[in-house]
Order: sequence, then structure tokens, then C-alpha cells
Amino acid sequence: MTEPFLVVEDLTVKFPTEDGLVNAVTELSYSVEQGRTLGIVGESGSGKSVSSMAVLGLHDARTARITGSIKVGGQEVVGLGESKLRKLRGREVAMIFQDALAALHPFYKVGSQLAEAYLVHHPSASKRDARRKAIEMLDRVGIPQPDRRVDDFPHQFSGGMRQRAMIAMGLINDPKLLIADEPTTALDVTVQAQILDLLQDLQREFDSAVIIITHDLGVIAEMADDILVMYGGRGVEHGPAKEVLTRPLMPYTWGLLSSVPDVAGDTAAKLVPIPGNPPSLLDPPSGCAFHPRCAHVGKVQGNLCSTTLPRLEPGPSGPGHLTRCHLSDPAAVFETEVLPVIAPDLLEES
Amino acid sequence: MTDVNHPPQHPENPAVAEGAELSTADREQKLSFAELADSGHAAAQLRTDVEPVLTVEDLKMWFPVRSSGLVRRTIGHVQAVDGISFQVPRGGSLGLVGESGCGKSTTGRLITRLYTPTAGSMRFGEKQVDLATMSNRELKPIRRDVQMIFQDPYTSLNPRHTVGAIIGAPLEVHKVVPKNKVLPRVQELLEIVGLNPEHYNRYPNEFSGGQRQRIGIARALTLNPKLLVADEPVSALDVSIQAQVINLLQELQAEFDIAFLFIAHDLAVVRHFCPEVAVMYLGKIVEIADRDSIYGHAHHPYTQALLSAVPDIKSAGHGRRERIRLEGDVPSPINPPSGCRFRTRCPLAQEICAKVEPPLLQIGPRHKVACHFAGEIGRHPATPVTAGLLGVDKQGSPDPGTTPQPVGTNPGYDKEWFDLDSQQMVSA
Repeated sequence: MTEPFLVVEDLTVKFPTEDGLVNAVTELSYSVEQGRTLGIVGESGSGKSVSSMAVLGLHDARTARITGSIKVGGQEVVGLGESKLRKLRGREVAMIFQDALAALHPFYKVGSQLAEAYLVHHPSASKRDARRKAIEMLDRVGIPQPDRRVDDFPHQFSGGMRQRAMIAMGLINDPKLLIADEPTTALDVTVQAQILDLLQDLQREFDSAVIIITHDLGVIAEMADDILVMYGGRGVEHGPAKEVLTRPLMPYTWGLLSSVPDVAGDTAAKLVPIPGNPPSLLDPPSGCAFHPRCAHVGKVQGNLCSTTLPRLEPGPSGPGHLTRCHLSDPAAVFETEVLPVIAPDLLEES
Repeated sequence: MTDVNHPPQHPENPAVAEGAELSTADREQKLSFAELADSGHAAAQLRTDVEPVLTVEDLKMWFPVRSSGLVRRTIGHVQAVDGISFQVPRGGSLGLVGESGCGKSTTGRLITRLYTPTAGSMRFGEKQVDLATMSNRELKPIRRDVQMIFQDPYTSLNPRHTVGAIIGAPLEVHKVVPKNKVLPRVQELLEIVGLNPEHYNRYPNEFSGGQRQRIGIARALTLNPKLLVADEPVSALDVSIQAQVINLLQELQAEFDIAFLFIAHDLAVVRHFCPEVAVMYLGKIVEIADRDSIYGHAHHPYTQALLSAVPDIKSAGHGRRERIRLEGDVPSPINPPSGCRFRTRCPLAQEICAKVEPPLLQIGPRHKVACHFAGEIGRHPATPVTAGLLGVDKQGSPDPGTTPQPVGTNPGYDKEWFDLDSQQMVSA
């Protein structure tokens, strides 16, 4: 087994502001292999976007303090110079953003923007080659009549088509790692389904590694092989998708699951919100960052939760499923307390 | 970068956001999970014994499209809402779902009379007054009863007004309480929506997204409305905050007997909140029914496609399911397809669909569908079920051998309906 394509270790990102130091990401570690999909879930301010932007070296070195290590295909990204980063971006690692209208330049034709992305990494290619490549990619992502639409401006595309064009631009140089930051959040469900299908087909075709960042647990469930749950800038649960969603070990993950209604489940299931608000990154809570909102603090001896940060370590279900919690038997608490409330129908099945 | 520019709590005073919800958060903090679960709500139940608070009939909103140039002639219309009928029961909720551009938000704005409808009626309240034709002066007393909650808690609150001024404004406009009673009422409302009543003199920027949405809800509640139009009330909020706001709305509905027209694109949230749901496509209602019929026995191919497109948490590890793929995009509402508007993307479409528009036919005690080939998924009939009723043959051409029968246009539900299996009218 070779080293995974992306290895992030002890990544910490801090932004100094007038009000103090924002601890956006703290000691985050994960890895993604070729052909696999990692889903990163968390609420706004959990550090999921900041951590993936660091992979592309998109943070301004003058304002962001980044420590730790990010290895892309064996190459260290943290501290890498701008010219070397530029070779990496688009070629090895590409990113798809949430808002395709903002990410495409309104004054340039879609085709020329795609061609430019190709020419940057293929300086010897002719403009005609680049245009042909742009048409090929638009065809690949399912834009009808690509040889005509290549000369359209972004505003002439519908929302779903713009997102497709962005994916085409991201994949034009066959990157080995694709980071999709909320790729379908602004889209309707039917278009979302089309885009997710497309991403999955393309991943199979190119055998690339994919990171998909979202707050939508349904999207994660359908797309991801592994899931990383983030809270307050740290990873709090990490493991195979099925494990994390069906036998979650961290109360925050339980909270996420109990906060979303299901389109098919039992209508007797209750919606149990997480009380309070996400933590301040300027002044994170002591101990476990989730303890002020956690309903299970009382089950832990003393005030361990508010004084000591639990380590992200393997839980009872095996070495691949990590959790950051002081509870001694979280699986039992989930089975007996949480599951009967949020999904009574699942109990009868199992 | 949202983390940096919009830290979840107010930068100047990190304690504010924590303290703002002291009344609930602190109390809930001491709760165990079992107690917390008791404060949560299961899906809302349908009540069939209540009369409607709002009856909408054949409502239309056509926006004129004008040519550019000196003489701005009207060259067409955007048929945003084109003849929809439904009822909202008193103290109940109707969900309105559909993709962007289907006319669901326009419908909400028509009911609050932010737009004046092109045609149709909207009878409201016990006196059945028609909101559609009232003048602004006549509407003013009614506006107390019909309020709106907006999607974006950042743009729907005036940043230069204090929370007290925002929530108190309706009281002063409608002069319902003397000036010195405004503040106590504002504080009472803040407490009802779970905010600290002492924070009436703070500004919206001192609150988080979820707290701002609570302020918007408090403002809508100020005048004890009978009907709330909630246009995507939770879609701008974080997942954990969404559940808080949905539970709050359910509590308020039960306590104050408020009816909701709940407009959202999230089918799971609508399923939880609304016992009855209407599905819209390109300005028309294509299917309207109670929750079980829509989510368990949808008969319209568009409803089926929408439901199959929703990602399911339980699919973890199984990969993506087979789904009904809809090709292409929604057609332009300026020049919608003839006959059935969905036919250009419909996997079942045949000749009749381009010729005759399918009526919204009642096919169960609380289930209406507008499709020539209505049937459960995988069990759509081969011949149009509507042909005999409409007096046309299978291709949709007029058939002299049959006589068209009147298809009910009741905005509610009739006691008799058309049974799809036996092809005749039956009753319960």
C-alpha cells in the first residue's frame, strides 16, 4: 500500500484579528486515497472550508498562521512558495465552489475561461487545442450542444449548467484530488441529483480522490466512503460512512442526526435540536468544545468534559472509527437513549 | 472564509450571543437527553374537522414582459402562478414545494398582498373576505391577521433599528396598545420566541442567524396573526439551529392556533411540519394531498422524481440509489408547453399530454393529481385515465362518442372522488 494521495497532519490555522486570534482549525489530521471520497460535515464556523482551502494554499501567508503538514502526492504544501503552488492548483488539486455564478467571470465566455485553465498548465498547447479541449469537457459534463454553448457567457447558462461548467473547469487538467465545497447547496434537488451523479461518474472515470464538504447529511450519506465530522475547528468523529451514520459515537453527531427530519422515516420520530449556538472561535470553550451544548455531560465522572479535551481515538467499534468523547460506552447510550427517539422505526428493523 | 468575516458570535462582545438565549439555552443545558427529547416534537398531525382559514381559488399572477425601446409594448407575460386552488385549515399547515421558479414564493407574496393578483380569489377568515380585490385601505386591518416570515434573517431586519423597535413597529402602526404598553409586549414576545427579554435595546448585528430568525418570528407574532406565510423560514440556518426554529414554530402553532402556509424546497422539513402538501411545477399545482399520499403514494411523475432525488441519510454505504432522472431544465414560464406543462421532461408523456391539459382530479379522500397517466411509481396506466372524463380519445383528439363530465373545481376536497382502478366516481 502506497501513501494516500493527500495526508493532512496536525493542521492548525489561526487568523489574527482586532479582537484576538481566531482558532479556525486546530490539530486536524486526515488522509484521502485515490478513488476514495471523504465527506467533511460541520456547521458554519466549524473549520471545514478553511481546512480545505489550506490544501490549495489559498490562505494569505501574511494574515493566516498555518502550522502542521499537508502532503499532496508526497509534496509538502504548508510554506510552499506561490509559484510552486500555482503549478499544483488546477493540475494536481482542483476546487469546485458553492456559488458558480460568483466563481465564473461574467465578462468572459465560458469557453475562454475553460481554455485558459487548460493553457495555464499546457503552455505549449495552441489556442485551438484548448478550445477543442473545452468543448470536449463541456460535452463530458453533459452540456447539450457544447460546440455552440462554448461561446455563451455565464449568465446565459442556468444554475445547474453553471455548476457543470465549473466542474468541467475543475477537471480539465485531470486533477488527482478534487475538493467540492458545498457543490450543490444552491441547487434544486433534481439538479442536485444530476450533479452528484456526474461527480460520481467522473470520479470513477478519472480515479481521483474527492473531498466533499457539506452540511447536508443526505448528500454525505450518498457520496462519501469516509466521514469526518468537525466541530469548533477540530475533528470530533472520523470513520467509514456507514459506521458514522448508523453507529455514531460522538454526541455532536447524534445531535446532527436528530436535528434533521427524514424524507422517508417514521413520522413519530422527534426532531431534537442541539441547544445553544456554535462556539466562538475567538474564545473556544475549555475542555471538550461541545460540552456547553452536550446533553450527556452528566454521565461523565466529575467535570472532565469542561476541563480536559478528550483525544480523537478509536472507539469500541474498531480502530478505523475515531471519536473525541469522554463517555465510557457511547454506543450503548446511542442505542438505548437516542435512537428510540429519533428513529423508532429503525429499532424494529434491527 | 465565513469563519473569519462572520464569526458565529458578535466580535465586540462575545458574551452577548451566549447571554441572549440564557432563558432557554441555560435551562436546556441542565437537561438530560431524555428531557431534551421531550421538548422536541414529532411530525405535525392532520386535523380534518376544522374549517379553512384561507380558500384560494383559480389564483393567477401574470407579470407583463415589456419590449425595450421608446414604446414599451407588452410582448408577453411571465405566467408565474397560473390558476391554483387550495385551502389552508385553521391552525393547520399546508406545505408548498417545488423547484425554484415554480411560483411558490409568488403565491406567498400574493396571499400577503405584496402583489395584486391578475385573477382569482383568496377568501380569508370567518367573514370570507376576498383579499384579491381589496384596496390597500381595506386591507390594513386584515394585515394584522396575515403575517410573513422571511428566508434571510440578515436582510429582513433593519440593521439601524433596535430589536425593540423592529418588534414594536407593528403595534404602533396598528395602534393596538398604548405607547407605554409597547415595551412590555415586546419583552413578552422575546420571551415567547426564546430570547432574553432584556435585550430589546440591542441591534440585529449582535445576534446570530438563528436568533435573528427568532426576532423575525417575534415580529410576525406581534399582532396575533391567524395565518403566517413562512417563505423558506429555515433554509438559511445551520442544521442544529434549523431544528430549534422548527420546534419553536410547532410550539407557537399549537399555543396560538396559527395556520401556516409553509413554503420550502426541503421535502424532509415540509414532511415534518405539514400534514398536507401541494407540489407546484411551472405555476400550477400538479399534486396536492395529505402527507402519507404525497410521500408514500405519489401519483404524479414529477412528485415521484422530486422525492427520488432527495438524498437519503439511510443510504449510507449503499452508494447512490437508482433514481428517476429528469432531463433538461424547467421551461420558460413566458411560453410554457401546451397541454401538460411537465410533458417536456416527463418520462410518461404521450400525444394527449401535448393536446389536453390534465385537470387536477381528486383520486382519493384527500388526494388530487393533475396527470393523464396518474399512478403509483412503476404502476402508471398505459391509457390515459382522464380521456373519458374530458371527452377525448386516447390521443387527446375530441371524441364525439363520449361526453365530457364536469371535473370538480372545489379548492377543498369533495366527498366523492374518481377511483383510478374502477374508473368511476366513488365515495367513502
